[in-house]
Amino acid sequence: MNMTTLAATDPAVLIDARGLTKRYGGQAALDAVDLTLRRGELTTLIGPNGAGKTTLVRLLLGLEQPSAGTVRTAEGLRIGYVPQRIHVDDALPITVRRFLALGGAPREAITEALREVGAAHVMHKPLQTISGGEMRRALLARALLRNPDLLVLDEPTAGVDLNGQAELYALINAVRREKNCAVLLISHDLHVVMAATDHVLCLNHHVCCSGSPDAVSEHPEYLALFGPKAAQTHAVYTHHHDHTHTVAGDVVPLQKDQP
Amino acid sequence: MTVLLDDFVVRALVAGIAVALVAGPLGCFIVWRRMAFFGATMSHAALLGVSLAFLLNINMTLGIIGASAVTAATLLSLTRLHVLPTDALLGLLAHAALALGLVAISFQDTLRVDLMGLLFGDILSVSRGDLGWILGGGAAALGVLALIWRPLLSATVHEELAIVEGVRVRLTHAAFVLVMAVVVAIAMKIVGLLLIISMLLIPPAVARRFAPTPEIMAAIAALVGVLSVIGGIEASLAWDTPAGPSIVTAATILFIVSLPLSGALWRALFSRNEKAHHHHDH
Repeated sequence: MNMTTLAATDPAVLIDARGLTKRYGGQAALDAVDLTLRRGELTTLIGPNGAGKTTLVRLLLGLEQPSAGTVRTAEGLRIGYVPQRIHVDDALPITVRRFLALGGAPREAITEALREVGAAHVMHKPLQTISGGEMRRALLARALLRNPDLLVLDEPTAGVDLNGQAELYALINAVRREKNCAVLLISHDLHVVMAATDHVLCLNHHVCCSGSPDAVSEHPEYLALFGPKAAQTHAVYTHHHDHTHTVAGDVVPLQKDQP
Repeated sequence: MTVLLDDFVVRALVAGIAVALVAGPLGCFIVWRRMAFFGATMSHAALLGVSLAFLLNINMTLGIIGASAVTAATLLSLTRLHVLPTDALLGLLAHAALALGLVAISFQDTLRVDLMGLLFGDILSVSRGDLGWILGGGAAALGVLALIWRPLLSATVHEELAIVEGVRVRLTHAAFVLVMAVVVAIAMKIVGLLLIISMLLIPPAVARRFAPTPEIMAAIAALVGVLSVIGGIEASLAWDTPAGPSIVTAATILFIVSLPLSGALWRALFSRNEKAHHHHDH
């Protein structure tokens, strides 16, 4: 086990990963990746398909062991995890509420968490009958019930329509502000997430570039990976990131909490 | 009570009901986890356990538990190596184990074995000793299953989520497979190794559409198993049919009867929900 506890030098640091390498049969899926996650920060992991994003998250969560490198975590770190995929066999009769109870939370807290993520209406429905967006919200509620220091979301908007995506990201952002937890996000929705992100890690087996969204979007390796179009899309959004829009199109000011 | 046990029919009923009570809840997990073929492979390997028990001169039930557990461990590690697609691997191992078991048994010429009894069960010849193993094994299996119920359910719904939330998934799985091995061993006397899997699959299949929660599904499955055992044994006595296959036939009849019943129930629930929705609208 390469997981060790962080010394309490910087209490804001929740996870500190150094030189993370993962090889599958000689092929390096991840090569010497460094990553630090701090309380209150939203870090976005971007990169092409097969770049090792999910592998990195699995190492950080302790679901797999690295071939080399270390993951150090703050003592007693509570992680809320929203996996990319969930499939529950139709043969298993389980309601959304029971699904949330599997994490060990009491009944009142479950009702409250579902209300918080705007999914109270699906509480008594069978888990297999709710929509993709409702499932994401239910998963988020289960993660929140752990009262997490760190929220890890693997493509939280996969299979959700455009309106739903914007709502989900707004929700994630609101949760981060309210709970002051760290968020680690894997996302393909570059233009949407970049605006709300504190820290971007662009991954293609190794760390291509990392830093603030502005710095990363001008980095030659980022441009090489995603093309100049991505940079332009991002530029448009950064000029407007003092407000956001609701589904109805109303303007909502963004509270700035970035340094 | 002990006088009652002198009657072979009473012994058969007690043994069958004991197995059904644990096979129902265990079978639910086998269905939910899509491990039907895995269970079948474990029960086919039980024949190897029988011959092993004769060779080593140990108790047959212990031999079967050992052989089933070893088969399960082999399966799990071969699955991880991706040697073959899992279904092909299971099919290969199941029938290889069965063939090997049959060959090994044929070498036991000093002790002729009742092969039909091993393959299709011999519940009407359950002895007091057998009954002890079945009751003890069944109670232990049910106890362990109750103990690991919540972590196992959590891992069944989403394994990685369970790990992140601190569930000791590997330990839970190991316990689950061991419970399967024990149930295979005690169910063998009842329905025989070729029919064990139907005792595990059919009761949950009946229970599914009547059950709103996992626990109720497990309870209904246990009840369906008990009814099948009673019906099968009665039928076997009345018409002189083989007991094991009669129990499975009784379960199958319950399944067929349940299909239109559950359909009607669902329609009733569905229309009630529709009405409730209309009330909420206004």
